[in-house]
Parts: sequence; C-alpha cells; structure tokens
Amino acid sequence: MRAPPSGLLAAYRHVDAAVHAIRSLKEMGYRDFTVYSPAPNYEIAEAVGHRVSPVRLWTLFGGLAGCAAGFAMTLWMSYDYPIIVGGKPLGSVIPYVVIAFELTILIGALSTICGMIFHVWRSHRTAHYDPRSTDDHIGIFVPCPIERRPAVEQLLRTSGAEEVRVEI
Amino acid sequence: MATIAKPEAPRAPPTYAEITRDISATLGNPSRGYYILLGGVLLVLACGVGALLYQVRVGMGVAGYTPPVMWGVYITTFVFWVGIAHCGTLISAILYLFRSAWRTAVYRTAEAMTVFAVMTAGLFPLIHVGRIWYAYWLIPYPNQRQLWVNFKSPLLWDVFAVTTYLIVSTTFLIVGLIPDVASVRDVATGWRKKLYRITALGWRGTDQQWRHYLRGYLYLAAFATPLVLSVHSVVSWDFAMSIVPGWHTTIFAPYFVAGAIYSGLAMVITLLVPLRKVFRVERYITVEHFDNLAKLILLTGLIVGYAYLIEFFMAWYSGNAFERASFWNRAFGDYWWASWTMLICNGFLPYLLFFPKIRRNIPALFLLSLFINLGMWFERFVIIVVSLSFEYEPFAMGHYTPSWVEWTILAGSFAWFFMWFLLFAKNFPTVSITEVKEIIPMPRKGKAHT
Repeated sequence: MRAPPSGLLAAYRHVDAAVHAIRSLKEMGYRDFTVYSPAPNYEIAEAVGHRVSPVRLWTLFGGLAGCAAGFAMTLWMSYDYPIIVGGKPLGSVIPYVVIAFELTILIGALSTICGMIFHVWRSHRTAHYDPRSTDDHIGIFVPCPIERRPAVEQLLRTSGAEEVRVEI
Repeated sequence: MATIAKPEAPRAPPTYAEITRDISATLGNPSRGYYILLGGVLLVLACGVGALLYQVRVGMGVAGYTPPVMWGVYITTFVFWVGIAHCGTLISAILYLFRSAWRTAVYRTAEAMTVFAVMTAGLFPLIHVGRIWYAYWLIPYPNQRQLWVNFKSPLLWDVFAVTTYLIVSTTFLIVGLIPDVASVRDVATGWRKKLYRITALGWRGTDQQWRHYLRGYLYLAAFATPLVLSVHSVVSWDFAMSIVPGWHTTIFAPYFVAGAIYSGLAMVITLLVPLRKVFRVERYITVEHFDNLAKLILLTGLIVGYAYLIEFFMAWYSGNAFERASFWNRAFGDYWWASWTMLICNGFLPYLLFFPKIRRNIPALFLLSLFINLGMWFERFVIIVVSLSFEYEPFAMGHYTPSWVEWTILAGSFAWFFMWFLLFAKNFPTVSITEVKEIIPMPRKGKAHT
C-alpha cells in the first residue's frame, strides 16, 4: 500500500467547529483533505459538498439487467425444452413475472454493492488516520507541504480543533 | 407475578464514547453460562442432525407422512422460519425508509435473526424432498438431459424468492455491520482486533466512504422492502395456486405477509428480552422500544385475526360444499386442538396489547411472544396438514401424526437458529453503534441551529 502523504491531522469534538474548518479549508483552495466521522452527518456532507453518489446508476442498471435476465431466461428455457404443463402456453409471461421480479432485486442489490465497493475504492485517498474518529471525534487530514503547514495549522486551531498534529 | 415497569426518569442521552464503550463491552470473553447454553444448544442440534441422518439412511418412511398428507412438519416449519425472518427486514429496511428513529437500537438483532431464520428455513425443503443429494435439480443449469426447470410452478418461484432473500438479507446485514466493526476494531485487543481488522474491510468513516455507503444502503433498503413483501407472498402461492379447499384463496398473500411479520416481531421480543438483560444494554433498548414493537404486533395481529375471520366467512358465504366442510373440519374435526391453539394464541391473546400496562410489562411481553410463536407454528400446521387431510373424496382422506424423527428435526432447527444467534451475539455488535450515534446529535460548540 502506498504511504500516505505528510500533512496535518486535526481532531474535533464539536461538529460546528469541524464544519467551520472544512469551509475555511475550501476557501483557502484545499480540495484533497479527508474528513472522518463516527456517524454520517449531513452538516459535514454539505460542507464537504460532494455531488450525489453515482452508486444509484449501478442500482438502476443492475435492476434493469436483472429484470431482463429474468424474462429472457424463463422464456428461452421454456422454448428450449418445450413441454406443455397444465395446458398453459409455453411462454407464459405472467408466472415469469415472479422470477423476473426476484432477479431484478437480486441483481440490483448485488450491483449496488459492487457500485459501492467500486466508488469507495476509486475515491480512496491514502491519508493518515486517528482511531478516535470511529469513536467520538471528527478527524480532518490535510495533506500539505512543510511550507504551508503554519497557515493550515492556525486555521485548524482557530476553528476549534482539540488537537492538531503533524503526520509524516 | 410480573411487575409493571415504572416509567423511566428522563436521562441524558449517552455520549458517543459511552455508546462505543457500552456496546463493545458486550463482546468481551463469554461467561461460563454462555458456554453451558451453547453446549445445550449444540446437543439438541446433534440430536436433530442424527435424526436427519437416520432419515437419509432409512428413507422418508420414517417421517409420519400418510396419504394424502404428504406435506407435514417440514413444510410447516419451513413456512414458520421464513415468516420469522420477515420482521428483521421490516425493521431494518421499511422502518429505515420511514426514518423511524426507534428502530436503530433493535434493528441489528432483528436483521441477524432474519439471516439465521432464512438459513434455517432453507434447510427444510431439502429435508422434505428426501434425496438431499439431488437438491441441485431445483436450480436451472445446463445438463446432459437437456432439461430445464418448470418456471410455471410456484415451487420454483419459491426457490428464487428464498434464495434472493437469503443473499440480499445477508448482504444487508454485512453492509450495516461494516462501520460498527470498524468502531469495535479501534478499541479491541488481541485476536479480536485481527478479526475486526479483516471484517471492517478498511472502513475509516471518511467523507467519501459515507457518501457512497449511505446512497448504497438507501437503495438496498429500497430493494429489501418489496422483497420482504414478495417472499412470503410467493410462499403463500405454494398453497394458494393449488385447488385444495382451504388453500385456494386470494387472501393468502397479504394474510401470510401479515402473519410473517407478526411472528417475526414476537421472535424479536423473545430474543431481545434476555439479550438486553445479559448484555446490560437497558439504556439503549428501553421499555419504549418494547412498547413500539408491541404496537406493531397488535397491528399485524389484528390483520391476522381479520384473515382468520374472513376465511371462515368466505367458506360459508361461497356456498361451496367442500370449502364449508374443510373449515368445519378445521374447527371441530380431528385437529380441533391445533386450530384452537392457533385461534387463541393469535386471534385472542394479542388483544391484551391494547392495554399499555401490558405493552410496557417486559415479562408479560416475553410470555406473550412465546405464545404467539406457538400459535404461528400451529397456524401453518393447520393450513397445511389439516387442509390436506380433508380434501374432496371421503375415501381419500387421511390422518397424519408427526413421527419422532420430525419432532427431533424440528427441535434441531431451533438449536441451529439459536446456535448462530449465540455465536453472532458474542462476536459482533447486536446493537448498532453507528446508527445509535446517528440519532444523537453530535456535540456542538456554539448554540445549536434548529
């Protein structure tokens, strides 16, 4: 695994302080920082300002593929092994709706999982991490070269960071 | 005599650190009592496996099947366990979409229960078919005989519905567990730390991770919601699509879904009452949670009671002699005891929940949950066995008595379910750390903006 870049890692106890720091960092032109939080928080998400996750497209296309696969499989197999059951037509679409419905959900759900894994992996940035941020702290890691550190450190401290440390 | 729980004094909500600490503490080293309980469960499971091996060795003759009753305890138990599973998805997915805050403390237990109940249910069609080694014939796969499965059969719909349910509910449980496992990883020590480091899948709670995770979780919940409604509908069509009196009715799908959620909620209470005591999580799973669960039981119980009533009414109103005879037999025939157990446990007892004192009395709720589950097992027994034993031709009617092999396998299924639950409860958080945190506002430095 690639070593994370050097930078500053700040720990916050208060959400409004962390949100203030995120906004200030963005105003300074920083975009490559990482925010850690123990639970999802809309204020943080809004301050970071990501667009809606593209995972939903995976859900849509997975669901459509599952539905199409359900109808295609049942119809093709019925004609490939043509045996009349209970006097019903070979390609009886109505009972096949059940199979198509279940496959819509199955493939849609699995595709959503794949989408989540893919996008989390693609948007992953190697960054320093403080284990307290899965407990009760909000963490912000700002990768920055040595000459910019004093300004960033001051920003993080004035916004209310409980601790700011240099990570190399 | 059971005591009425006193209204709890308002307490400050737990802090984030307390939540992590309290819930991680449930994962410590198990006590001797845990091992004794697990040992007992494994012993019963061994008896069940022994009975199954005996049936496999000797043949299906050791089950009590007597024509025309060729679906007995195994199919009854299959439907029972699939039903139990439903409540987990109701709480974890449907209430999630409704943004119901109280679900956060109880949903993990319910969701784990769902997965283990489907794992148990899935065994029974295989046990029932006898030649377990041919079970893969149920799956459409290219084969030398160039055969494909019959998709017009509700039994095949069942294969797809139950398999989908198992896969989707398991993934939903695992996805929900990831942030929690990461929280536990960061406070654990020893071999547990290694276990959680692997199972947390690199979760750190970054902004990007939450961004994709929340969106994915939302869509999984949106998929799980129609799934839960479809699975028990499909199970009900195993019966409703045939022309057996007592089965061939359009009310079956909603009737089965309501019954499934009803029995599942009762099982959640059966599991939560000892769990909150043993793990000392009374602060998180409060009387309010039980009150809400009891209200849901009451609602679904009313639907089930209505379905019982309307079944009898329609049998009379239809004017169909076979339907009338079937329902008369149900109430006053050979199996009257099973029908009345079902009616009393499911049709009458839940009305006690109209009284808030009973809804908030935990020992009473626990007792009631056991009766409801007993009643729900008998409901499936009545629908399946009693209807089959009394069809059209008097000379083709029969009486089925379950054999010891079937009872032992039934007991083994409970042991299988509780074994998984016990193993899960001691190794993974049974109360969601992240979601409990989510409903508690993060501390603020300045005045909160509302």
